[in-house]
Amino acid sequence: MTPLVRLTAIAAPLMRENIDTDAIIPSREMKTVSKTGLADGLFAGWRYSEIDSRTPDPVFILNQPPYDRANVLISGANFGCGSSREHAVWALAEYGFRAVVAPSFSPIFEGNCIRNGVAPIILPLPAVERIAAIVATRPHITIDLETQTVRAGDEEWRFSLGNEPRQMLMQGLDAIELTLQRRPEIATFRAMDSERRPWAYLSGQHGPSA
Amino acid sequence: MSDSAPPPPRTLAEKIWWDHRIAEMDGGTTLVLIDRILLHERTGGVALKSLSAANRSVMVPDQVFATMDHIVDTFPGRTDKTLMPTGTAFLIATREAAHEHGITLFDLGDPRQGIVHVTSPEQGIVLPGVTLVCPDSHTCTQGAFGALAWGIGSTEAEHALATMTLRIARPLDMRITIDGVLPSGVTAKDLALHIVGRLGSGGAKGHIVEFAGSAVRALDMEARMTLCNLATELAAFGAVVAPDQITFAYLQGRTYAPSGAGWDVALGYWQTLNSDPGAAFAAEHHIDAADVAPMVTWGTSPQHAAPIGAPVPRFDELGVRDSQDSYDRALDYMALAPGGDLTALPIDAAFIGSCTNSRLSDLRRAAAILRGRKVAPGVRAICVPGSTEVKRQAEAEGLDIVFREAGFEWREAGCSMCFFAGGESFGAQERVISSTNRNFESRQGPGTRTHLASPETVAASAIAGHIADPRRLEPIQ
Repeated sequence: MTPLVRLTAIAAPLMRENIDTDAIIPSREMKTVSKTGLADGLFAGWRYSEIDSRTPDPVFILNQPPYDRANVLISGANFGCGSSREHAVWALAEYGFRAVVAPSFSPIFEGNCIRNGVAPIILPLPAVERIAAIVATRPHITIDLETQTVRAGDEEWRFSLGNEPRQMLMQGLDAIELTLQRRPEIATFRAMDSERRPWAYLSGQHGPSA
Repeated sequence: MSDSAPPPPRTLAEKIWWDHRIAEMDGGTTLVLIDRILLHERTGGVALKSLSAANRSVMVPDQVFATMDHIVDTFPGRTDKTLMPTGTAFLIATREAAHEHGITLFDLGDPRQGIVHVTSPEQGIVLPGVTLVCPDSHTCTQGAFGALAWGIGSTEAEHALATMTLRIARPLDMRITIDGVLPSGVTAKDLALHIVGRLGSGGAKGHIVEFAGSAVRALDMEARMTLCNLATELAAFGAVVAPDQITFAYLQGRTYAPSGAGWDVALGYWQTLNSDPGAAFAAEHHIDAADVAPMVTWGTSPQHAAPIGAPVPRFDELGVRDSQDSYDRALDYMALAPGGDLTALPIDAAFIGSCTNSRLSDLRRAAAILRGRKVAPGVRAICVPGSTEVKRQAEAEGLDIVFREAGFEWREAGCSMCFFAGGESFGAQERVISSTNRNFESRQGPGTRTHLASPETVAASAIAGHIADPRRLEPIQ
């Protein structure tokens, strides 16, 4: 994963609430058993003039310069709700998005962002609306994970990302590798726990081992 | 293991959390033990494939189960070939990966096949007090058993498969207490839509919602699953219901549930799984069951729910949850006007199925309405049992005949048209009354207009040819 510390980029305002993962990547666009090949399907239902066509709909913000080169998305509350499909984040990342700024995110989507190098940045609604208004004329914003600030125009806002998510994004860490280093501790816990909750431990096709 | 759990009073979720807490991580998360991992061909295959590509293995294959539900067709006589153009690849990849990693797969043709949140309870895979994850947002359904069950992404599924743990921040606790008695003809689905309509689609963000109160205690397990199913539409982390005699009676004798002396040990533990009196919740809500009516959604979010018969709400009646733009967009998409009468709208299709409402009791209640009646001309009506086992039991009772004689298609088990995966769908601008969980734009097909409701309301509407109140059926001629 590419580390993300500081980013100055064009931000596209897509100020709708409850943008769901079906809208971010329609199920029909998830054509292969793969994490890649999804960028073309990003926002397909809104981005193209017809279903299954690839003719850009000029009304959609990502088809309008300079937002066709955006690497940050500004959006409404509960962004990424609906299906848990990580394809939504894979599509955003492959398209080039490194951050989404919104008043809130769906919890599963937020976790998926962290694991794929996309920063989910939460700011109060008035701040998000203000940023959306600023980028209408001055499209570049700066996001700094070190200082946890967003800068748009001459204004600045502080956000707060959990320490682990922040470190994972800034260092491009793989959580699985980190956890695998704790294998002995996990094995010890499971051995102790299997005494207390034997019924939770399955072995073979015939149910609990105890 | 490091420090001990806090003293009572503790919430149900807190008890399960502390019994799974391996260690605190530096970054403010906790390393949590995972007991059960469920996968389906839509998002599970890619997790297994990615795990193999990284030369990692599944740590405890015996506690991982996979099923085919999302992409597989539901036509009688189905095979690996799917209407979704590239669907076969998902089935084959999931099958090969399951075999490679030694995971139990409920494949096509297996009597245990079905929607993951229907088949796991049927097999006794979910149990009170376990942590259970699945790369599927409706995993919260299984919290009905007093388990911590939540949806994750594919990368987190890889993490769980490789380590039997996840690194997560402790969710907050919310309690929604529903006391009183649900009026006759009002179901768990109506209650769930009532709650989502009241709290909004972000109303429980990041919380574990405990559903409590006399109205919840009175629900059977299938109804509790329906209630917990819609917790994700509140942006909840998960949902739980304290296990009780109804839970234990449901589980006893199921394949992966403990038996013999093991059952008694388990039962002793399970009986401690409830919130202590005085336990603190970060948020509390109270609902009087008597206030709940049959519900139907009018817009493009499950929070756009209103009692059946009520006019489409005007913007100023909504509160502050939607912007004017979102509200206008929803009405435009659904071809509705403020103040309009939903029950006057002709429907093109009726769908009974999904992890929300496809279990035997759902089909029985719908069949009770359909018996001796006919679907209105021009309405396409489809019933998709949630699992092969539900289908078998329904057929043993003759419910398939009731559905068929009324004019419903009777399908093989799967998620089917709850969502459009590139295969079968409803048409553009078609209006569908559906027992499913999401009415998002294009969820059931490009341009399709979805109204969510209970199986009873779907059945009554299919007969009437328009959205109809199941309590006001025309007598059989």
